[in-house]
Amino acid sequence: MTSYLVRRFFLMLLTLIGMSIVIFLLLRLMPGNIADIMFDSAGFVDPAEKAALEKELGLDLPIPVQYWEWISALVVGDLGFSYVSEMPAIDELAPRIPITVKLALMALGFSVLFGLPLGVISAVRQDTMLDYVLRVISLSGLSLPSFWLALLILMAFVTYLGEIPIYTDPPDNLWDELLLYTIPAAAVGFRTSAIIMRLTRSSMLEVLRQDYIRTARSKGATDNSVNYYHALKNAVLPVTTIIGFEAAFLIGGLIITETVFNIPGVAHFLVEAILMRDYPIVQNLVMFIAVVVVLINFIVDLLYAVLDPRIKYAD
Amino acid sequence: MAATIDHDAELAKAGAGVEGKWGAFLYFCRRYPLGAAGGVISLLFVLAAIFADVIAPHDPLATNAAASLSAPDQSFVMGADMMGRDVYSRIIHGARISLAVGIGSTLLGGLLGVIIGLMSGYLLGWFDLVMQRIIDIMQALPLLVMALVMAASLGPSLENTIIAISIPLIPQVARVIRSNTLSLREMPFVEAAQALGMSEFRIAIRHILPNTMAPFIVLATAQLSSAILTEASLSFLGLGIPEPHPSWGRMLSESAAEYVRTAPWLVIFPGIAISLAVFGTNLLGDAIRDLLDPRQRN
Repeated sequence: MTSYLVRRFFLMLLTLIGMSIVIFLLLRLMPGNIADIMFDSAGFVDPAEKAALEKELGLDLPIPVQYWEWISALVVGDLGFSYVSEMPAIDELAPRIPITVKLALMALGFSVLFGLPLGVISAVRQDTMLDYVLRVISLSGLSLPSFWLALLILMAFVTYLGEIPIYTDPPDNLWDELLLYTIPAAAVGFRTSAIIMRLTRSSMLEVLRQDYIRTARSKGATDNSVNYYHALKNAVLPVTTIIGFEAAFLIGGLIITETVFNIPGVAHFLVEAILMRDYPIVQNLVMFIAVVVVLINFIVDLLYAVLDPRIKYAD
Repeated sequence: MAATIDHDAELAKAGAGVEGKWGAFLYFCRRYPLGAAGGVISLLFVLAAIFADVIAPHDPLATNAAASLSAPDQSFVMGADMMGRDVYSRIIHGARISLAVGIGSTLLGGLLGVIIGLMSGYLLGWFDLVMQRIIDIMQALPLLVMALVMAASLGPSLENTIIAISIPLIPQVARVIRSNTLSLREMPFVEAAQALGMSEFRIAIRHILPNTMAPFIVLATAQLSSAILTEASLSFLGLGIPEPHPSWGRMLSESAAEYVRTAPWLVIFPGIAISLAVFGTNLLGDAIRDLLDPRQRN
């Protein structure tokens, strides 16, 4: 187990180093840098001034040198300064991260709360009308773009309540804040709950066909005990993997949802920073996302060994 | 539980007596009604894309100040946008963009993924080791984040959007093809081909590749719908298809917050187009998966 953990740790490190090179090069490939954007919007370009700005930001240095400066600062916790606000990048990112994390957790909670039980019901009542309806709902959850769903919800609010639940000022207390996140979290969680529901259904169906289920039934166990105790315990295993994956991938959906609802989280901030070529923000934020994804995958792997005693990570 | 088994019904269900392409088609429709519905929806979008010039009543790019934001009526079935462009015509032409990006990026990502997966699984050794690490890196970011950064670094255009979406699709394909290749290369028919003195390249292409196509098709249909959705998302964020091309996602972003109140048709119709297209490919994809991958069949 120990050697497995060590090996996993080094693979994770390797992945993150590779990611940092990829993201760094991609950003330098982008047409135009911050200096171009600033001078273009000013309408007139003094080459000397532009060169001075590029020199000040270190954009004139060779790419390997720029990369080395970024990474060597990053490992000691220095994220550099945002080009746009000229504030330390960490001060820009730190207050936004909890907002996105809260939204993601709410969306995830929402999707497990709906996806898991509905998936079980769909499997237990296979090929009934209820099953068909639930399957069409889950498929539409995969098909509706989350931003459109968000816009529709906004529209419904405007039409029927005459007001838009959009983020304006920082909310007064945690309760108000969570209330404000309910709708965006539901909009982005709908897709995840559909994924969880589909997987729970197929996993349940597979388990229900196994011999030990027949044994339990022949011993006279009630339907409910078989379905919700014997079967669900094993069926939930692959679902945990997907929940882990989706937790990390929710950030993709949140990019859009935060944009539509004007929520000042990191996902929305990433798009703004990309559009402004704010390298220190984008590269550090993308690295942060990669760290979260890699860590969650790792935790899911470990959790798997805990939940399923048959799985052992060999030394 | 019924004690008697209706043999004819069971045989028909299993596909006995199905002859010819037409028979197979009818069998598919009977066996997978939802899949057939998805096929019809997908076909409608393909037809709309092919015959867009004939179907669309207006020029999708023609602006008309007098018709700005006009509500749906006889001349503008789905209303007009701020610049007086006909929403219906733009949606019809938008099908071209959506399908071009969806099919283009699925095929490109699929092709690259198949090449990488096949080589990885067949050659193994250092090539496989390096490729697996590269795929790990590509999977360390959510699809949309990866596509977003790719799209931004390539610049907005139709071709670049296709490339940007195809890259994050590669890892999944490569993984599936690799694992299939790994089990196929141990099969007796590969050994037989080797004994006959066939070149490794020919074995990989002629004997292994065709056997990986069923899981590939299953995956590709699933990826098609997420490619369409990703294009809409990128365009919505202003990083996908540039103006003045009518992209469904772009149509929504232009109209997003401002017109929710005043011109709801600008929000409703493009959204329905995206949802319906993705819904159709999802239905079709599910049926194809059931047909080609019996292990996942429910």
